Amino acid sequence: MADLSVTIAGVTFKNPVIPASGAYGFGQEYLSLYPLSKLGGISCKGMTLYAQNGNLPPRVAETPNGMLNSVGLQNPGIDYFIEHELPFLKTQDTVIIANVAGHTVEDCMEIARRLEPTDVDMIELNISCPNVKQGGAAFGTSCQAAGEITAAVRKITTKPLMVKLSPNVTSIVDIAKSVEAAGADAVSLINTLLGMRIDIKTRRPILKNNVGGLSGPAVFPIAVRMVWQVANAVKIPVVGMGGISTVQDAVEMMLAGASAVQIGAAIFSDPWAPIKIADGLNQYLEENQIEKVVDLIGQVQPW
Amino acid sequence: MKYLQGEYQILSKTNLAKNVYDFVILAEEIAHLAQPGQFVHLKVKGFLLRRPISICEIDPQKGTIRIVFEVRGEGTQQLSQLNQGELIDIMGPLGNGFTKLEKQKKVVVVGGGIGVPPMLEVAKYYGDNATAITGFRSANAVILNEDFKRIGAHLMLCTDDGTMGGKGFVTNALKYHLLQEHADMIYACGPQMMLKGVVELAKEYNIPCEVSLEERMGCGVGACLVCACKTVKNGNEYLAHVCKDGPVFPAENVIFD
Repeated sequence: MADLSVTIAGVTFKNPVIPASGAYGFGQEYLSLYPLSKLGGISCKGMTLYAQNGNLPPRVAETPNGMLNSVGLQNPGIDYFIEHELPFLKTQDTVIIANVAGHTVEDCMEIARRLEPTDVDMIELNISCPNVKQGGAAFGTSCQAAGEITAAVRKITTKPLMVKLSPNVTSIVDIAKSVEAAGADAVSLINTLLGMRIDIKTRRPILKNNVGGLSGPAVFPIAVRMVWQVANAVKIPVVGMGGISTVQDAVEMMLAGASAVQIGAAIFSDPWAPIKIADGLNQYLEENQIEKVVDLIGQVQPW
Repeated sequence: MKYLQGEYQILSKTNLAKNVYDFVILAEEIAHLAQPGQFVHLKVKGFLLRRPISICEIDPQKGTIRIVFEVRGEGTQQLSQLNQGELIDIMGPLGNGFTKLEKQKKVVVVGGGIGVPPMLEVAKYYGDNATAITGFRSANAVILNEDFKRIGAHLMLCTDDGTMGGKGFVTNALKYHLLQEHADMIYACGPQMMLKGVVELAKEYNIPCEVSLEERMGCGVGACLVCACKTVKNGNEYLAHVCKDGPVFPAENVIFD
């Protein structure tokens, strides 16, 4: 057995495979298939200060090798999470990442304040949701706003703080540098790319929200490129995501510079994807006589 | 919620009507767990998202489930290319099925078009205490007629153009039926307009009613939250999820547009 453990911002994950926020609820939905302890961690569904309903349906459209979604951060609110979901999650022997998605800087600070006394292992500050009108990506598309919100939450929390970045920007590297300077302990990328599909019979967009976030294998090369660029520009760890569906994809993402990977859309196709990728990483390392998975991180040899 | 995921063998494939296919699948564990009104989530080669298809019949003795689906797009087209003997990747059984009352209660099941298949198993539970009202565009689209007779239900077949059975909509037939006979429960699945009409009649006659809804779906288990539908929860509008909160909902909780 190879050493699959990785440590990010002082938090040790038994393996580098983490279901991504929004793709895995609060974990309960997959207990029927396998114990959650097989996962490196779980990035929970993005949470706002109060419960919210999200956008009207249809909220999903299939695309070539991918999908668009426009859920719009439907969630039961941070207090519900702390009271009803977290106690169960903490018994599952895996790292619990709370994904925080406020509409204002003050919202995010308040959510971080409420998480401070809890057993959550890490905060993932979501400044990149493309599906909400207030907040969300608005924070993640300017260096100044991204830096300000990161600094504000940094002041509140002593928990490891990871910031989830939007790819819908001119330079994701500049945003990453801003949040690093503002005190982020890690960055995760990429959130979904803004996209659109139109029904040519009705001439209506398929999504009721008109536009939505693109994910799935179609976005993978973009994610690899962005992870590589960011990993070369910042000193903090990078968690890579965007279209990863196989162990080969995970290895590629780690070679590009990711310290761990998150799995999203692939789970909808195969709910075992995170487990298969973690098992596959062990096999890959053994076959290639690599002792530790961390020895893959950033080892691409660019031309 | 207990469900499984695996590859199961297609024992038979039948083309029931134009673009409508019937698979009987050997899936013992799923057949033992499944309840009328639940669905299975099928992987389709070449597509990221699975396709949710309601379960038409369950045979725990033989360890089989039966699905009847219509080709609606590229995914279901691809599914329809699978043949007898081939394997199909299934997650299931998923969702909440219909509430089962005591078997001697009188019920009406109402299905429209491809909303008819999920009504067969619930009608089977009640046998000759069930009245099945099925509606189709035309005679060439009629499916499962003999099946409803086989399980003992009283069948009222309607076609929009009158080419088979009575001419008109299922709501007309339902009204006619309710004028003569009491029902303890109405179950329905079909287009929104039809469901709306059925729910109004149920309300008028003060009969409990459950409806099975559909929506574009992602994970199938309640994790991704894409398959939202408008409902009422504690007096407030709530976007519930067809996969986990449904597909069967009490009619009074559903908000129709």
